[in-house]
Amino acid sequence: MPMPDWLRLLREKDVPAEDAALWVKCLSCGEMLYRKDLEANLSVCTKCNYHFRMHAYDRINSLIDADFVEIGNEILPGDPLGWTDKRPYEQKLEADRAKSGLSEAVVTGFGTLEGFPVALGVMDFNFRGGTMGTVVGERVTHLLEEARRRKLPCIIFTASGGARMEEGMLALMQMAKTTLAVERFMNDGNPFFTVLTDPTTGGVSASFAFQSDIIIAEARASIGFAGRRVIEQTIRQKLPENFQTADFLLEKGHVDLVVKRMDMRATLIRLLDYAVDRKRIAPVLKAVPEFALQ
Amino acid sequence: MNLIVEREKGPLQELEARIVTLRERGSGSSADVALLEEKYRELLGDLFGKLTPWERVHMARHPKRPLAGDYLAALDSFEELHGDRHFRDDHALVGGFAKLRGRRIVVLAQRKGRDTKENIYRNFGMASPEGYRKAKRLMELAARFRLPIVSLVDTSGADPGIASEEHAQSEAIASCLTTLAKVGVPVVATIIGEGGSGGALAIALADTVIMAENAVYSVASPEGCAAILWGDAARAPEAAERLRLTSDDLLGFGIIDRIVKEPLGGAHRDAPGFVQIVLDTIEDELRVLETKTPASLREGRYEKFRRIGAWERELRTHVVTAVPS
Repeated sequence: MPMPDWLRLLREKDVPAEDAALWVKCLSCGEMLYRKDLEANLSVCTKCNYHFRMHAYDRINSLIDADFVEIGNEILPGDPLGWTDKRPYEQKLEADRAKSGLSEAVVTGFGTLEGFPVALGVMDFNFRGGTMGTVVGERVTHLLEEARRRKLPCIIFTASGGARMEEGMLALMQMAKTTLAVERFMNDGNPFFTVLTDPTTGGVSASFAFQSDIIIAEARASIGFAGRRVIEQTIRQKLPENFQTADFLLEKGHVDLVVKRMDMRATLIRLLDYAVDRKRIAPVLKAVPEFALQ
Repeated sequence: MNLIVEREKGPLQELEARIVTLRERGSGSSADVALLEEKYRELLGDLFGKLTPWERVHMARHPKRPLAGDYLAALDSFEELHGDRHFRDDHALVGGFAKLRGRRIVVLAQRKGRDTKENIYRNFGMASPEGYRKAKRLMELAARFRLPIVSLVDTSGADPGIASEEHAQSEAIASCLTTLAKVGVPVVATIIGEGGSGGALAIALADTVIMAENAVYSVASPEGCAAILWGDAARAPEAAERLRLTSDDLLGFGIIDRIVKEPLGGAHRDAPGFVQIVLDTIEDELRVLETKTPASLREGRYEKFRRIGAWERELRTHVVTAVPS
């Protein structure tokens, strides 16, 4: 019997610290990858095509033409419930800020894709597992409202473990808040695309991720409502390998497209070219790249 | 094991039995009965006057608690409408035309079972995507006929099975939410027992959210939350404490709008009476909402949820020329 992947990876020696800056081990095939090559390949393994989870700013850089006008970054987390479990919530936030270089689990703003001005939101799993608390809800809502004001298309990249436990029901209510914003935005005839990246589950998947005009799953992403472990515990049996994968969702008819990271920008541009009425956004185009507020 | 059921055993049950026998025999003087009843009320107060969040969770799951079926039976009439038009009829989330004190409404209800057999039929109140798609269809029906939507929430959560994933549970819940965001008719949701996460919210994005005093409404079940945070479901009581899932907590946050007080010891102590009070409250809220135009209902709904977790902020934007990486 061949050795299972996880065991093989476990047995392989870890990369010595001094080399870590230069080399990265693929989390799927174990291949040692030269960091520069990996970055040039948008954090996709050159050997097995494994898609590493991508930093929000790297993602933005890989998509937009030049400048990115970030908005909503003044919206910062508090601790509405005074939450403590193993550690106080405040400490967890501090640790995630240091680890990710982000102020919250989503970055929102404006930029252009091949000249198309868009409102762009990118979630990052490195910050509290991409969970949606009040800040994610508020930033996403704010982005949709500002995009609506400018009649711009909106693209959101999701990556989320669901609603953020540490903010209790205030977090759950962000599903309602973002839904109302999405509905209002789309009802005005503005295109809304979502790109579901690894992983997209729970409250995010059951709200704006699946409310868009076009739903793209990034290749290899795991997407679902309940987490794998929850389902396995409920039904007490092992799930098939491809369960909740991007390809599984495509086969079941849940998403429009599965797109490799390398092809993402080109695909979005193609879709924007079909979906966007250039006359409609003409006034905004004049304001690029500042997207100045009226 | 239900903590409340356990506590009801012993002295309270004995006292209850004594009062019943005394009444039935008709031998005891009315003063004696009154004395015992007084003692009974005192004991109820001692046992249930102040409940911890974890005890509230058990109250919400009490085996005798009035269920959605009891509320449906107390309506003037209920004409159940079935199916999602695609795949099957879900038995956990039901709905249809109904009349509430003469008023025509569309009702949506999450149904748990009273016994094992019924629970299996109702999938323990956990709706599948087909249930949410049926709910969405009925919401649209309500909008077309200008009928208010009344929902009764009682679920530990949406069904987490393989088939539910295959049939896009996320999308089903997401489109219920979108539909409720859209409809120009009054929406009144009542959390009658357990409000379990997104599966509950799917029918509770409402103009008015009513909650039974001992119902709970939370982002995750205390057991699930404890398992995630401490890797130990046994720490659920602590999780219940932290989640702020009780009606008074949620009223404070503006997440619910109104609490219906329960009889001392819980809604099951006077189930028929309590059901009527809940229906009164729903009627009361509908009366207010019915005066509003579709546009102002939608606007009000937007503003209501917009405020939850909102910030006072000065809008400022800046251009990041070199995106930090």
